[in-house]
Amino acid sequence: MEENKNTTAAFIVTGALLLITALYAMADNNYMYLNVYIWFGVAYGLMLQYGRFCFASASRDLFAAGVPRMAVGILVALMFFSVIQAVLMATNMSTFHPAPMGIQTIIAGLIFGVGMVLAGGCASGSLYKIGEGNGTSILSIMGISFGQAFFVTVGNKSWVPQAWIESSTSKAWVPKDKVVSWFDYYLTGFIFDQPTTQLSKTATFKDMGVAKYFIADSLINSIIPALLLIVIIYVFYSKKPFISKRQRHNKKNPDNQLALSGIGVQFEGIWSMITASTRTTIMGVIIGCTAGLHIFVMKGMQMKYHVTNFGQLLTQMGHGSDVGAFGNVFDPGYWYITTQEAQFAGWILDKLGYNVRDSVFFGVVNGLPELWRNPALWMSIGIIFGAMILALLNNEFKFKPPKGELIVWGLVGGTLMGIGSRPGLGCNIGAFFIRAAGGDPGGWVFGLGMVVGGFFGVKFFNWWTERKMASEMVDF
Amino acid sequence: MAMKFDKISDGVYELDVCGFVCPHPQLYCKKSLQKIESGDTLKLIFDNASSGETIRQMLDQQGDEITAETTEGGKLVWMIEKG
Repeated sequence: MEENKNTTAAFIVTGALLLITALYAMADNNYMYLNVYIWFGVAYGLMLQYGRFCFASASRDLFAAGVPRMAVGILVALMFFSVIQAVLMATNMSTFHPAPMGIQTIIAGLIFGVGMVLAGGCASGSLYKIGEGNGTSILSIMGISFGQAFFVTVGNKSWVPQAWIESSTSKAWVPKDKVVSWFDYYLTGFIFDQPTTQLSKTATFKDMGVAKYFIADSLINSIIPALLLIVIIYVFYSKKPFISKRQRHNKKNPDNQLALSGIGVQFEGIWSMITASTRTTIMGVIIGCTAGLHIFVMKGMQMKYHVTNFGQLLTQMGHGSDVGAFGNVFDPGYWYITTQEAQFAGWILDKLGYNVRDSVFFGVVNGLPELWRNPALWMSIGIIFGAMILALLNNEFKFKPPKGELIVWGLVGGTLMGIGSRPGLGCNIGAFFIRAAGGDPGGWVFGLGMVVGGFFGVKFFNWWTERKMASEMVDF
Repeated sequence: MAMKFDKISDGVYELDVCGFVCPHPQLYCKKSLQKIESGDTLKLIFDNASSGETIRQMLDQQGDEITAETTEGGKLVWMIEKG
């Protein structure tokens, strides 16, 4: 009975998404651009939910429970994505661009890492968990959204060093009336001055033809570090349980003894770790490939419409108020979370009369489109509903309203993720996953910060749960 | 909001963490298993499907065994024998 109800609900959600797609297609041919984002979002949502794919789990479950499934799943996804990304770069079909890297990258990763452990999910994980009925994740996303919107619009030039002000003022192309908040000076006077690195474009590799994308970006920047990390994780977290499991087997089966040492055993152990959670690892492979396909399709859409940004289509359609000072809106061209959530909160604040448009973040770089014309926001909505469809079909959907301490963890964690994602120019996806797989070493720097932040978050929760267990178990 | 840890009978304990989301179910499960003896059973009740995959691997690594599992109304009930 309940199963039938859930299946019906899954069909209703799917039908609603199809209807939205049809309405956009009928309204204007240009909106097919939005439809592509919607359905890639749905695909990510389905895969994230099925694979229980959450970047917060990677460090959290490793440090808290000794479980490496998610860390391994992410590294597998990263390797596959990097190969596809290299193919796209080699064929000039990539929308990838590296981002500036500096001390701020690791600090931002650290703040983000603490936040994602407290919130119980990373930026993409919180979206798919909303689709499972997790009310705490709704609060996390609100924290991410409003945390960012306030972070980029508060303060003024008195908050920043004189050097940033001078550097910002010296840039003739920067619309001066939009440089108001501290973050505006941070972006235009500090971040925009920092170099970006894509390994294939450095002096060592740039003359190697198309092979540079596979050797520098994929092999050196992604695959080798990912394989090394898999070995390190095995040695520190999986080797002992793997050998103990074999020892238990040998004790129970005197006639069927398994080897306990030797290089072959260690390779078996690593393979056993990789395949321990089939659904996570398989989804890692498929997510990696899908993220690559997404870039390919978005590039194809841009070629079809003869644009480099959806903002140009919005302007053609007469929606000039949606775009930033240079006619662009946030249109990453690949899997990305957080900036669109900042736009969601910015849109609400704008409607409430709070001036967010006089800022570099909303007024120049990303624009502030109406919610129904925001391409990347549709990707986030797609993730929620994609996850919801699968959770309903598997009878795993249950609405869990946020209660008690979870309200605090959701809001505080989400806000920290929002604050961490802005100076880092992205979240676990945009600042780590896409960058590390695309040949930008800065992705690993953000990732390192995220793992260290996750470690501190776990330390806190360990202390907290011990305390609660002690009070609950006082009678034993 | 509280988790419930009860002794049902000799060697059988119940941990109810319904309403809790990641990472709480896996943390409470791990800590509860540390408190009981080898051979004891822990009845784990949770409704956060995402925690299940991590708990399953954690149990496998520790040598604990899931002897029965049911899902009803989004609520998961696992009987875990500590190894």
